[in-house]
Amino acid sequence: MKMLSRSGLSMFMSRYGSFGVLFVISLAMSLANKSFLTLPNLVNVARQVSINTIISAGMTFIIITAGIDLSVGSLVALSSCVAMIIIEATGSSLLGICTGILIGGAAGAFNGAFVAWAGIPPFIVTLAGLTIYRGIALIITGGTPIIRFEGGFRALGQGALLGIPVPVIIMLIVVLFMHFLLTRTAFGTHVYSVGGNEEASRLSGIKVGKVKFQVYVMGGMLTALAGMVLMGRLSSAQPNTGEGFELDAIATVILGGTSLMGGRGTIWGTLVGAFIIGILNNGFNLMAVDAHFQLVAKGIIILLAVLLDRYLKRKQA
Amino acid sequence: MSGSSESKAETKDSLETPQGASGLSVLGISKGFPGVQALDEVSFSIRRGEVHAILGENGAGKSTLLKILSGALQPDSGRILLDGKEIFLRTPGAASQVGIAAIYQELSLVPWLSVAHNLFLGREWMVGRFLMSKKKLKEKADEVFSLLGLSLDPSAIAGNLGMAEQQLVEISRAFSRNAGFILMDEPTASLTETEINLLFGKIETLKKAGVGILYISHRLEEIFRIADRVTVMRDGKSVYSGAAGELSLPELIARMVGRSIGNHYPKEAIEPGELLLEAKDGVSGEEGLTLSLRQGEVVGLAGLVGAGRTEWARKLFGADPDPKTRFRICGTEVSVSSPRQGRDLGMGMVPENRKEHGLILGRSVLHNITITIMDWLSGFGIVDRKRQSAVSSEYIGKLSIKCPSDTVDISTLSGGNQQKAVLAKWLARKGKIIILDEPTRGIDVGAKLEMYQQMNALCREGKGIILISSDLPELLSMSDRLYVMHEGRFVASLDKKEASQEKILEYASGLNYGQTIRNGSEGI
Repeated sequence: MKMLSRSGLSMFMSRYGSFGVLFVISLAMSLANKSFLTLPNLVNVARQVSINTIISAGMTFIIITAGIDLSVGSLVALSSCVAMIIIEATGSSLLGICTGILIGGAAGAFNGAFVAWAGIPPFIVTLAGLTIYRGIALIITGGTPIIRFEGGFRALGQGALLGIPVPVIIMLIVVLFMHFLLTRTAFGTHVYSVGGNEEASRLSGIKVGKVKFQVYVMGGMLTALAGMVLMGRLSSAQPNTGEGFELDAIATVILGGTSLMGGRGTIWGTLVGAFIIGILNNGFNLMAVDAHFQLVAKGIIILLAVLLDRYLKRKQA
Repeated sequence: MSGSSESKAETKDSLETPQGASGLSVLGISKGFPGVQALDEVSFSIRRGEVHAILGENGAGKSTLLKILSGALQPDSGRILLDGKEIFLRTPGAASQVGIAAIYQELSLVPWLSVAHNLFLGREWMVGRFLMSKKKLKEKADEVFSLLGLSLDPSAIAGNLGMAEQQLVEISRAFSRNAGFILMDEPTASLTETEINLLFGKIETLKKAGVGILYISHRLEEIFRIADRVTVMRDGKSVYSGAAGELSLPELIARMVGRSIGNHYPKEAIEPGELLLEAKDGVSGEEGLTLSLRQGEVVGLAGLVGAGRTEWARKLFGADPDPKTRFRICGTEVSVSSPRQGRDLGMGMVPENRKEHGLILGRSVLHNITITIMDWLSGFGIVDRKRQSAVSSEYIGKLSIKCPSDTVDISTLSGGNQQKAVLAKWLARKGKIIILDEPTRGIDVGAKLEMYQQMNALCREGKGIILISSDLPELLSMSDRLYVMHEGRFVASLDKKEASQEKILEYASGLNYGQTIRNGSEGI
């Protein structure tokens, strides 16, 4: 009986290890600063993490297939610049947003096709994507931001429904949808299979290439959606925006317990990972920690969190 | 061969010391893992110049013992003595320094390096040597191979070799180390009869030179051919130890499983039904033999390693599509272009390499069983989890797959149960033609018997089985008919009555085909 409850606890810890890290960090932050644990601040944190979470949800699928997408930061810039150009030209926010998301899908398809059928490692394909998409964004805007203080698109970043910011609502819908896709559908099962053992999946009749392709297309579209939210929030499209987003997204997914080797990971974990990073940023800002120190501290905490997660998992196995 | 001078001196020394103290012994070794006591107070010894076989089902603790002796694992308690002196093997390097070499079941060659490079890898005293010249490395490798009478190419890339050839390189590597003790875990699992004979010849040579050998194998017939002493393990304990031949095979098996097993190969004869498959070998052209498979039949494929059996089976299933090779499957002539098409034509394959090609390790038993039928289990892409779980339970029951629940990671199951799960996924897909490539490799006696019973059950249900096995007694007993392959061709079709080990070997080595004998060491 005692044995059972102990293994139950360690199972809980290993499954929700990152959740424990989130709890400890939140506790520390609320002790260090009284204004941390207030509703306005928590809503603020949720809004700050929304863009990264939307990108990371797509990245989770890609990493579960043992892939990676380094092009997301550039794609945020490209999709928002294209969308803004369309909005400027037509005056229609809807048309702009739809085009932006389609551009994301197209870029994802470009990445996915090379990964799935040309057999080029995802790291290389998306590294090329990183420079190509950034380059296109700079070319079409001439390198200068496009600012626009009117239009429905701004609601995506600045609006609120029943007091909940629209970015948070979009983030929650994306998380729920992606969780459902991963756990309840044949596609989700195939994503896990391909990442767990590509050859065994192929020999079981799974169209491995198609699964990989779809994962990158989806990742591209979600990245573009995040680009739309950012564009709305800033009332502008900037060809230089999104630099380093890929690293935040990858850190988020790993903090959430997804294995870079593929085959395992959850969307809940990614959401928790996003909040760990978000709360760190928020807490440091509240405590007025120097921005340069923040970078160092964030890196160390990411390492420690992953170490703890490893330790708990090994203890369970 | 130029081994370290230390271990050479040691071998000589100990040959002169009295029998009693000379050798490698373990005293009261225990080792526990979370939830399982892998070794419980195990004691035994290997003398120099003897082959000591350890028998036991999977999970009996043989591999753990081997890992402790090779320094890969540390015991919780107990002592290890070398020639009466206590030694501590904290790392594999320490073990190799005192002259203990291990050959593991899972091969450990670096696939992109040459055979010669692999042979001398990890021995620091050789670093200078291969930095000096690749030619020297190749010469040294040639020397080792010629001493062993092997015809391997030292400059071949290890990863391009077949399983058997890689195994031979591993064995050569241990031989070349002048080890005083060699630990072998299932060394013959991927070898053919000819290669096994070759290996056993080398083992005899080593015995004469005073090397002690610890030998783990699931092929019990082998034990009587080479072992001097036998230890039987069950549930982490040593339950019997004595001279080989003291106990008969059934008596040994009874001790291994803790009960007696009746017939080794319980093959049932079933009246064949409709024709499922007609196939050529894809090399011989129209005049070549045609393989046929009917419902309820087990058709065996015999041949040396490298004869092209697995390659042919993979073409049939679509794993390595070959548009030139056409098959007549259930009356339609096709060339299979992908495993998915193979699947849709009603075929299923249990591959040779279970872990790499059969299973998604890290995923649940349920996931692994239902992976082939996700399209049947889902509507608009959404999985019907009730039905999924019902299918998984059905096949876990039907094949008596032992697991605490179907949500556990498949890698926690024993080899035999993993193998049954690979079979289950094709039964779930209602495959009519089941290709079994070395289905009993590396699984224990009890699990083998269950696999044979499953084959009978499949035949009763009207499925046809293509059986590829390098275990000749198994192949002869479990097949209704046999085809022998040589250099990618079907060279003989044998009835159960006319088939014998000798006859198969004759055809397999190309004797009746007007070709020179090959020892199977060159690829196809």
